Amino acid sequence: MNDKKRAIKISPIRKGTVIDHIRCGQSLKVLKILGLTDVEIRDVVSIAMNVESSSGKKDIVKVENKEISSEELDKISLISPETTINIIRDYEVIKKQRVNLPKRVSGIVRCRNRNCITNQREPVDPEFKVISSEPVNIKCIYCEREMKEEEISENLL
Amino acid sequence: MKLKGEFNKDHVVSIRDFSIEEIEYVLDKAELMEPIAQGHETTDILKGKILANLFFEPSTRTMLSFEAAMKRLGGNTIGFANPDVSSSKKGETLADTITVASSYADIVVLRHPQEGAARLASKFSSKPVLNAGDGAGQHPTQTLLDLYTIRKERKEISGNKIGIAGDLKYGRTVHSLTHALSMYDTELTFIAPPPLQMPKEILRRLSEGGIGYEQHENIDEAVEDLDVLYVTRIQRERFPNEEEYLKIADSYNVNLETIEKAKKDMVIMHPLPRVDEISPEVDKTPFARYFEQAANGIPVRMALLSLLMGVEL
Ligand SMILES: [Zn+2]
Repeated sequence: MNDKKRAIKISPIRKGTVIDHIRCGQSLKVLKILGLTDVEIRDVVSIAMNVESSSGKKDIVKVENKEISSEELDKISLISPETTINIIRDYEVIKKQRVNLPKRVSGIVRCRNRNCITNQREPVDPEFKVISSEPVNIKCIYCEREMKEEEISENLL
Repeated sequence: MKLKGEFNKDHVVSIRDFSIEEIEYVLDKAELMEPIAQGHETTDILKGKILANLFFEPSTRTMLSFEAAMKRLGGNTIGFANPDVSSSKKGETLADTITVASSYADIVVLRHPQEGAARLASKFSSKPVLNAGDGAGQHPTQTLLDLYTIRKERKEISGNKIGIAGDLKYGRTVHSLTHALSMYDTELTFIAPPPLQMPKEILRRLSEGGIGYEQHENIDEAVEDLDVLYVTRIQRERFPNEEEYLKIADSYNVNLETIEKAKKDMVIMHPLPRVDEISPEVDKTPFARYFEQAANGIPVRMALLSLLMGVEL
């Protein structure tokens, strides 16, 4: 609780989204998942890596002006399930929640199975059924191969 | 007559889509098909219907058995067994091939070298899709005919101690069979050299589901209390050299000496083709059921075709 206040205090934002408790080293992948690496993005995005906190080191991402939808943010849970989200208006946290793993995931990660039909030139997005959230385990609905957290993070689209 | 309730699948893609009730329902239907499958009776319930056999990799036996099953029901077949003649060589996607083929035929049977191909096909096909094997993935008609054989030979699937021998690590047919058997009340014995044993993940799931299992390194030490011995091939490619392979292959040979230790009514099964796992001398013994098992593919596939087409005997 305390460290959250401190983290926001480091450089408070007036309005936007603070993505906190990102697993150490995963912040760049979080940006990628949220499409924030796109050159078109105009809002200020700041990243803090290896921030000390009561529960060890973590990464933090702040996106100014943008209130990212929880549906978008839930995708982060695939690579960093402990992440929390703070929606900020007028320097105040108006909404705070943990990311939730959706039941189905598509368009974020490719199947780790090289011989999976979704890795061929076919007109479908890879799609996965979430079979467990702690630890994260998803299953390709096509080839039925399962992927754990590390494999997911290696196969982000 | 359209069937309701018991079997409301549009496609048969994976055995994991089946409940135990649905499996039993298919096996009951297969039993009814027996006299027709054996040629003692005839029917034309699928008269005028066309099955498209799309075999993107060769598997003569599977293709023939679908052809026989369709023709026993009075239907016709079209198709190809050689990927060179298919348009995929010209760069067409599977999705397009399926879209077109399903407009020519009433049911599509697909064999494909890539895993997940049948699921993809089911999304693009306007007609039922039957998976006849996708890469190292699913081959549900094989699993169903294995279950049918066990039930036919042993009266029931539950209550049996079933030994599965061979390449248990990479053999996905064996994984599907294990999954299906774990829905029944069976005891399982996995027989494989340590590097080819059942993946830990699958063993963990069996334990969680309260399914008892044993593990053995060779057939001889496991055979004596088995009701069914299911033998599969150990592939040469899995071993670093010929010497290593021969050493292992030798201890995986079922011969007259092996069956001397077995229960009198034990049943030996094999998905075929076999190489050296079962000596030909075993073929003439009452233990051998692998040729009957292959023949059982016909009534099982007939049952699936009629169910998917919504036509009852
Ligand atoms: Zn896949």
